[in-house]
Amino acid sequence: MSVIDRPTSPAPTVVRREGRGRRVRGNRLAAVIFLLPMLIAFGVFSWYPIARSLVMSVQQTNLVSPAQFVGLDNYTYVLQDPDLWTAVRNTGYFAGLALLFGYPVPLVLAVLMSEVRRWRGIFTALAYLPVVVPPVVAVLLWKFFYDGGPAGVFNTVLGWAGLGPYAWLNSSSLAMPSLVLEATWAAAGGTVIIYLAALTAVPPELYDAAEVDGASIWQKVWHVTLPQLRGVLLVTLILQLIGTAQVFLEPYLFTGGGPSNATLTVLLLIYNYAFGSSLSGDFGAATAASVMLAVVLAVLSALYFRLTRSWSQS
Amino acid sequence: MSAETEDRGIVSIHERRRPAVRRTITVTEVGLLGFLVVIGLGPLLWLAKAAITPTRDTLREPMALWPHGLDFQNLATAWNHEHLDRYFLNTLAVAGGSWASQLLVATTAGYALSVLRPRYGKIITGMVLGTMLVPAVVLLVPLYLTALDVPVLHISLINSFWAVWLPAAASPFNVILVKRFFDNLPREVFEAAMVDGAGPFRLFWSIVLPMSRPILGVVSVFAVVAAWKDFLWPLLVLPDPDKQPLSVRLPVLADLIQLDVLLAALFVSTLIPVVLFLVFQRFFLRGAGLSGAVKG
Repeated sequence: MSVIDRPTSPAPTVVRREGRGRRVRGNRLAAVIFLLPMLIAFGVFSWYPIARSLVMSVQQTNLVSPAQFVGLDNYTYVLQDPDLWTAVRNTGYFAGLALLFGYPVPLVLAVLMSEVRRWRGIFTALAYLPVVVPPVVAVLLWKFFYDGGPAGVFNTVLGWAGLGPYAWLNSSSLAMPSLVLEATWAAAGGTVIIYLAALTAVPPELYDAAEVDGASIWQKVWHVTLPQLRGVLLVTLILQLIGTAQVFLEPYLFTGGGPSNATLTVLLLIYNYAFGSSLSGDFGAATAASVMLAVVLAVLSALYFRLTRSWSQS
Repeated sequence: MSAETEDRGIVSIHERRRPAVRRTITVTEVGLLGFLVVIGLGPLLWLAKAAITPTRDTLREPMALWPHGLDFQNLATAWNHEHLDRYFLNTLAVAGGSWASQLLVATTAGYALSVLRPRYGKIITGMVLGTMLVPAVVLLVPLYLTALDVPVLHISLINSFWAVWLPAAASPFNVILVKRFFDNLPREVFEAAMVDGAGPFRLFWSIVLPMSRPILGVVSVFAVVAAWKDFLWPLLVLPDPDKQPLSVRLPVLADLIQLDVLLAALFVSTLIPVVLFLVFQRFFLRGAGLSGAVKG
């Protein structure tokens, strides 16, 4: 930028008037140097793989023979694979159960916790503790809890009430709910924190006004608290859908997709296409399935993005 | 927030004085605390107990408290004999490197896009935002092939920590978070520094970074927690057991070693993040709130 363009030493008043729109005097080279780490990281490990996944989804690639253009064959292959539809159904089932178990629980916990006046920190820490446990440890621990024998941890506890023993992970009807139960336990604390933050942002005047109208505690929860949380409830819903659509760790470590494909999820299927066989991976099928999953998720992400953005601008 | 408004929740102070309401609240709070202790702390307490219990007792009577005595040997066996120490160091290396690379990329990019503002900056910001729409896991296969044969350089990053560190740096979330924080820093300070003769590098190092401690703390917690938890990516790019972090190694060990030693290993792997959480609770919870609340 030439010296003539701008004053060399701007007066403070000028600066204030121009405010945030003003650029820092500096050469273009500095901007390039500062952008370099980011351009390399994103170029190589984000933009390039994104472009490559589109290309690979119309190629036959397995790293052994050279890549060949095959048109939409990979897509047709994946769409005709009966396992895909099993995986889609299972992932939908997982997402549905996760909503059923995991959506109301953090909300109820957060509303109750927000009313705690003494030692609230202890409540928060306890609720968040499962989130801190490394996910792999949590799954391995719960895998032991789910032991199907009468001396399994859960079966012992339920046995006190005269229930069970249940086969848990070995039963094709109980396997998926077992996975969801663990995933809910592992994730609920994070959602509780989000709700707690949103609850402190509810203007107290609204409660005052409701009381003037003679509202009971329940009516305040129903007519003030919940409507005020509408936005954040929608965001956590979208976040949860995005998360559950990509579920991998639980089915991979708990059951490997079994028993008889009852817990095969979309991402596990993609993993199996690419890395499951010891011979050579079908990278074309894996990327074709990935691209289709990405399109579905991009819609949800765009929605999430729009919501949070419009809030921060207002 | 004043003390008066802070006390004001759904239940008013007036309502709290009524005996029936107070009783209900006490009962609810005790019940809630009991529930949270059982759910949040229960499994961890059980794990702590099982870590020092012989395998036979854990299998036969999982809920009994040491019917045949304690076995502290498990912890030592897990740490020394099963080389938990090495996998732990690998986890530290993975987390530390990912933290450094994420911080470097997020701060330099945020500074360039927010403060230096080159003319093409908007395009780059747009391209970063665009990647937010693409879920990371979907890039699994092309990213793996990229790590196998890095473009231009044609080297393989497999079995090198760089395979974890470098892709971690391409986090659009970090870049946008830091950029928005920088956007809100007062420009007058920058102008004053430049009048005093500070160049763009000096401005970055001596003015912008020291003003950004809160956001750097949040990004740091995000980076370390994510690296600590990551499983699938290190599983793919670090096939050599000597390089694998705890998260990748534990499921393999689960099939190989004695149950009591495994549970001891799980306990040790949990203890460290739990202690870190209890010490840095504020940063953890602030970061957790950010992912759902307004980003700005």
